[in-house]
Amino acid sequence: MKSKRLEIGQVASFLRDGMTIMYGGFMGNGTPPRIMQAILDSGVKDLTVIGDDAAFSDATKGPEGIGLLVRNKRVKKMITGHIGLNKEAQRQMITGEMEIELCPIGTIAERIRAGGSGLGGVLTPTGVGTSVGDVDQPLTFNGQQINRKPVLNINGRDYLLELPLKADLAVLEAVQADKYGNLVYYTSMRNHNPLMALAAETVIVEAHQIVEVGCIDPDHVMTPGVLVDHIIYPG
Amino acid sequence: MSEQISAKEFIARRIALELNDGDVVNLGIGLPTLVANYLPPGVTLMLQSENGFLGIGPVPEEITPIGQPRVVNAGGAPCSIIPGGSTFDTSISFALMRGGHLDACVLGGLQVDENADLANWMVPGKNVPGMGGAMDLAVGAKKVIVAMEHTNKGEKKILKKCNLPLTAKGRVSTVVTELALFRFHDGKLVLEEYAPGVSVEDIRAGTEAAFIVSDKLKEMEISRVGL
Repeated sequence: MKSKRLEIGQVASFLRDGMTIMYGGFMGNGTPPRIMQAILDSGVKDLTVIGDDAAFSDATKGPEGIGLLVRNKRVKKMITGHIGLNKEAQRQMITGEMEIELCPIGTIAERIRAGGSGLGGVLTPTGVGTSVGDVDQPLTFNGQQINRKPVLNINGRDYLLELPLKADLAVLEAVQADKYGNLVYYTSMRNHNPLMALAAETVIVEAHQIVEVGCIDPDHVMTPGVLVDHIIYPG
Repeated sequence: MSEQISAKEFIARRIALELNDGDVVNLGIGLPTLVANYLPPGVTLMLQSENGFLGIGPVPEEITPIGQPRVVNAGGAPCSIIPGGSTFDTSISFALMRGGHLDACVLGGLQVDENADLANWMVPGKNVPGMGGAMDLAVGAKKVIVAMEHTNKGEKKILKKCNLPLTAKGRVSTVVTELALFRFHDGKLVLEEYAPGVSVEDIRAGTEAAFIVSDKLKEMEISRVGL
């Protein structure tokens, strides 16, 4: 079988200006640090990034995660649920240097899942009657251009139609990978990682430990290796 | 208030009596988190962490350094997982909220109104951290308990209609402040309890919303753990 091993220096060959990247992690926990550094080092810019939050701008509190690319002004647009613990992301949002689409975290997860599952969207009660129903850019619904997310009343309850999210690249962190790319995550580091593995054209995983194929019990695999294109081995 | 405790502690101690042994609960950041400190003996909760697990446990004695695999809570701070806990991805975590699998959530509040609407995630022009998981929690938990101080520097927070951006419409079950406990019954706001030494008139003076006074109106009791 073709090796999925990728050297960290080869990450740059998957990057181009203006692309869309999903980054795993919740408050930086589960965001692959070496891949984030490689993206920075490549010089790529004008990125649209999709992920849970903007992590920490204070390195003593937790990992910088996507904040590394925000601080170095590589991000043009961020689709995320929370930027409250990253002062630089807040500053860039207020000055307009970076566009931010705030989205409830449960909705982000389901939009990513929909994108990776071949679904046309999801209907959620979350955000009905709030500013989440607004859209930045008009969308086409039943052939019509509309400026609000459609609200569908189903059996007496209102639901917002939320559209799928997809990406050119997903960058994920796993605690263990076999050489085929079957992944195991550690506790709270799992978060959006398994969903993003479905939703991107190319999936690159940074693993803390590599084992031979067959060493992970199939029942313990959290992301099937078929979804993983490339694996960065521990450095 | 009869004892020398802060308004926040009083609120947390009252909410601690709202939760039942075995309940699956999500406690928001800040004041709601304090509730866990005052649970009466015999009440054990299964606390949810929105970043993907059930069974939040105490901060470990030895903290794993940043960069190594470690358990963190929804605020990114190190914690542990109690025996019986379980881990999952974000989709399952928010399915637990939206799908009605949480017995209760406790959320902070900026404003609550007569229609049981809640505003707690942003102040336009000031602080825009993002809604995080608050909207999913408010829309899905079986009981939505709002923990907040009754007024903000004299400004009323229990209103006829919220004027800050909403978190969720019509979802609040209970509001606990340092002055009073209100519940929504059939869409109507009902004053059920008053803090020691506080009159209904005092509560009315600090509340813009119209409310019904329960015929079972009584004084608030609080958890006495550690007092």
